[in-house]
Amino acid sequence: MIDFFLQGLRISAPYVLAALGGVVGERAGVIQLGLEGMLLGGAFAATVGAEHAGILGGLAAGALGGVAFAAIYAFVALRARADQVIAGVALNLLAVGLTRYLLKLIYHSASNSPRVVGFDTSAETGAFLGATAVAALALQVWMLRTPAGLRLRAIGEHPDAADSLGVDVLRLRAAAVLATGLLAGLGGAWLALDNHGFVDRMSGGRGYIALAAVIFGRWSPLGAAAACLLFGFADALSLGLQTAQTFPRELTQMLPYALTIIAVAGMVGRSRAPRALGVRWPP
Amino acid sequence: MTRLAIALLVAVAVASALILLYGESPAHVYALLLARTWGDAYGLGQVVFRATPLVFTGLAVAFAFRAGLFNIGAEGQLLVGSFVTGIVGAALPAPVAVAGSLAAGALAGALLAGIAGALRARFGAHEVITTIMLNFIAQALVLWAGREAFFLPETVHTAPVTARLASLGAGTAASTAFFLALAAAIACHVFLYRLRPGFELRAFGASPLAAQAAGISAGRTIVLTMSASGALAGLVGAGTVLGYKGYFEEGMGSGAGFMGIAVALLARNHPLAVVPAALFFGTLAQGGLAANALVPKESIEVIQAVIILAAAGRAR
Repeated sequence: MIDFFLQGLRISAPYVLAALGGVVGERAGVIQLGLEGMLLGGAFAATVGAEHAGILGGLAAGALGGVAFAAIYAFVALRARADQVIAGVALNLLAVGLTRYLLKLIYHSASNSPRVVGFDTSAETGAFLGATAVAALALQVWMLRTPAGLRLRAIGEHPDAADSLGVDVLRLRAAAVLATGLLAGLGGAWLALDNHGFVDRMSGGRGYIALAAVIFGRWSPLGAAAACLLFGFADALSLGLQTAQTFPRELTQMLPYALTIIAVAGMVGRSRAPRALGVRWPP
Repeated sequence: MTRLAIALLVAVAVASALILLYGESPAHVYALLLARTWGDAYGLGQVVFRATPLVFTGLAVAFAFRAGLFNIGAEGQLLVGSFVTGIVGAALPAPVAVAGSLAAGALAGALLAGIAGALRARFGAHEVITTIMLNFIAQALVLWAGREAFFLPETVHTAPVTARLASLGAGTAASTAFFLALAAAIACHVFLYRLRPGFELRAFGASPLAAQAAGISAGRTIVLTMSASGALAGLVGAGTVLGYKGYFEEGMGSGAGFMGIAVALLARNHPLAVVPAALFFGTLAQGGLAANALVPKESIEVIQAVIILAAAGRAR
């Protein structure tokens, strides 16, 4: 039972971090389809970091890797005013290509990196999972209870109103996207360090699940984190059931996607996106 | 034009850097890439083979975009379409297998995309979100249905089809499916720019409210456009299932859906321009394989993404 609980948390951790990042970016009005790429970039950078500088180095490098991909996205989507959906999809393609290229260049492999240090002891794992939970709580308070959080939400709802009050919309949006990259990069770092190395395309669609959680959690940090736990524990449950050979895992894996469709269709309450989500600034 | 030129310049700069990091000469790699693609019949055939699915998915994205809809679910639509094409192509007798299996594949793609259209029309659920989610649902469903019922024992592919599309020769994987793709591009062009429903579709895309005021039904336009878009993506099996392998295999055609967005972007959503754009990305894909001995083929994936990122940027 404790094993199952821990398994559920381990699976949920990268979802939660990426989804918290997604909430920050999307509440600022910037679509975050690129979470998948930021996770993958973070995972690769974390592997290189852990190889040279241990587990903390890996975490720092993972965060930086996510920020680097986020910076590319911020430049293309905010500065060059690209369509955010296209830029997000392209960022994910870039992350797959670049990590595969670097895997060959650095590690001379088409599939995985050598083994690196990672999360071994329950103290390390517990500290990381605990910090993730604290981050979710802190983000909820910051976003809904502080003036800075209000500004972030304002530029995602009514950027022109925020602008007229002196908020630098573009700069704050860029900062939000970089924060998205930082959190998603940490999620990627967890993937790599929990696995003791990088595997080609190891993000495996988790960025999209995180995005689904953002929507299903109605763009609130705790809501998104709760959705991630739901998806993560459903996955852990289906892994357990799979060994018992009772229910096809393919069908339980559809759960996050089906629930999200139901949520955006408003069949169970309404999940409403930030009003200026995806809208360019300045107009 | 300038936007495209900038995108290509950025791509060449990044490509050269990736090649130099591997200690090779960019000029040498580019020469090899060109020679092994447009330099001989085999290379050209492979380019055509790789471009064929991209024409269908590029058309799917461009067609929907004309109505102001963003279909990023071509990935899932081509998957269910190819899967159904493989199943029906194996079940039907040879004389009707090609036509019947393609119609079934298009229908499967249309149904999947039509769900997204209906959710948008009825509930206002944004098609970007629903088509992404449907991609994953399609993936899981095909894998499950294939394993439970349609894959041959101990394999991840379906039974062989009873009739195939003719090869274009030169030992390549290219088939007459390419001509079908060309016909689809022409049909899209004629529909959009010569026929009344096509005009209505574009009018709705240009200004939904004005179009509705003129009596064009929003719900009908959205559902029909998404379905047609999905049908185009559902035809991808023509080149892969019927033109090449002769059966559906897990993972077949994956990636072509997302590259369809790139193709439509480069073609600026003009159906006829989708063909050269698809050939361009087909050339990159085939050229990357040809140069793999010198530089890893993954560099091409980077270049493709860089082209999209650079081309997506707008002048202020």
